[in-house]
Amino acid sequence: MTGYARRVGIVLWKDLLVERRSKESLNALFFFGLLLLFLFQFSLGSDRARLESALPGMLWLGFVLAGLLGLGRSFLAERENDCWEGLVLTAGDKSAIYLGKLAANVCVMGAVELVILLLFGLFFDVDLGRAAAGLAIILPLGTLGLAAVGTLFAAVTAQVRARELLFPVLLLPVQVPVLLATVSATQVALAGQPLGDAAPWLRLLAGADLVYLVIGILTFEFVLEG
Amino acid sequence: MIAAAGLRKAFGPVLVLDEVSLDVPAGQCLALLGPNGAGKTTLLRVLATVTRPSAGSLRIDGVDALCDPDAARLRIGMVAHGSYVYEDLTAVENLRFWGAMAGLDTSPERLRERLQAVELDTVADDRARTFSSGMKRRLALARVTLGRPRVLLLDEPFTGLDRRAQKWLDEFLLAFKAGGGAVVLATHGFTSALAVADRAIILSGGRLVLDRPAAGLGRDELHRLYDDLIEAPPVGRP
Repeated sequence: MTGYARRVGIVLWKDLLVERRSKESLNALFFFGLLLLFLFQFSLGSDRARLESALPGMLWLGFVLAGLLGLGRSFLAERENDCWEGLVLTAGDKSAIYLGKLAANVCVMGAVELVILLLFGLFFDVDLGRAAAGLAIILPLGTLGLAAVGTLFAAVTAQVRARELLFPVLLLPVQVPVLLATVSATQVALAGQPLGDAAPWLRLLAGADLVYLVIGILTFEFVLEG
Repeated sequence: MIAAAGLRKAFGPVLVLDEVSLDVPAGQCLALLGPNGAGKTTLLRVLATVTRPSAGSLRIDGVDALCDPDAARLRIGMVAHGSYVYEDLTAVENLRFWGAMAGLDTSPERLRERLQAVELDTVADDRARTFSSGMKRRLALARVTLGRPRVLLLDEPFTGLDRRAQKWLDEFLLAFKAGGGAVVLATHGFTSALAVADRAIILSGGRLVLDRPAAGLGRDELHRLYDDLIEAPPVGRP
């Protein structure tokens, strides 16, 4: 394993281990997702037509809000005991730290999204089996897009006093292409239409992911060294 | 080994370091003394390449640390206030993480051996959250000695250490110097500083106001010099 890959791997290992032990994000995100589903069902009632047009947006709203909570905490451990400074002092390409953190965030968000999705299917009586193939492509791409910018902006705001306010204010406008593409593509998938109908949206999503990922890799060192 | 010239650091209008120059040859330990707010930690952070100076030059083991900080960082071992310990990882996991980040040998035998050296082997699998501040400091020292640094930068390394651990640290620093390493030690503890230092410098208001060989410099004389040289901080400044 090269030094770079080893460092990506060890950051991923460390973040998942810390998350598994503290369960700070997973527990909070799970209950937050559950609460959102209750609220959505209560507000939309039993009007099936209205429900179907709103479902993709609600699903991604749940993912985004849960993601905001989780991503915003992703540099919490680094703020304790000057660990941030320790990371600055490690020699080598700092983008390895970014990729490790990003991979950990994608794993945590993916786990929460799966739970929310299953509950979503249960609460709103959605045939997830019919949409499974489409969602298997849309969810990872959308999660990557959210996490790529989210991880970078979490680092940008980690050392700022008003980070809880600043993080969503910075993140959400940048996420517009990802949100448009994921909601539109999810609408196609949930309607049981062929995924080819959502090809332009998927291309936009993949393009946004690539751009965000490259920006994160290129700029993380400057953010870390502040 | 460390050659710093004309280091200045300002945070906005506040000048924290003012034309600080120092030279620490191989095999020497420099005790960095001064009151709170004198700029000791900032100077250590500049020497460690964590903070970029506003002006001046810095060479670490022959490497221009301002032009090539990565190369300099490979030669530096830093124990800061915060000790770089992840609370939810065990002692051995903390070492594995930082060792892997630095590209070092992280075999279980090597990690256990380092923990044994700082007498933390019996709590190797305990989470750092359960450690006292002294134990975290010892863990930080184990992390530093996992690599082969040429320069050690230590911020209050004796704080929280019991007598055994202090003795171990004294012996470790003497051995490190004997092996050709250079040490900068920021501390308020004159006795512990004089036990290992070859030179003592005093910072006051960001300026170097004393640079004397430690040999022949007794604790009482150092205290007297310290009291004479330290300027009272201006009103409104901590």
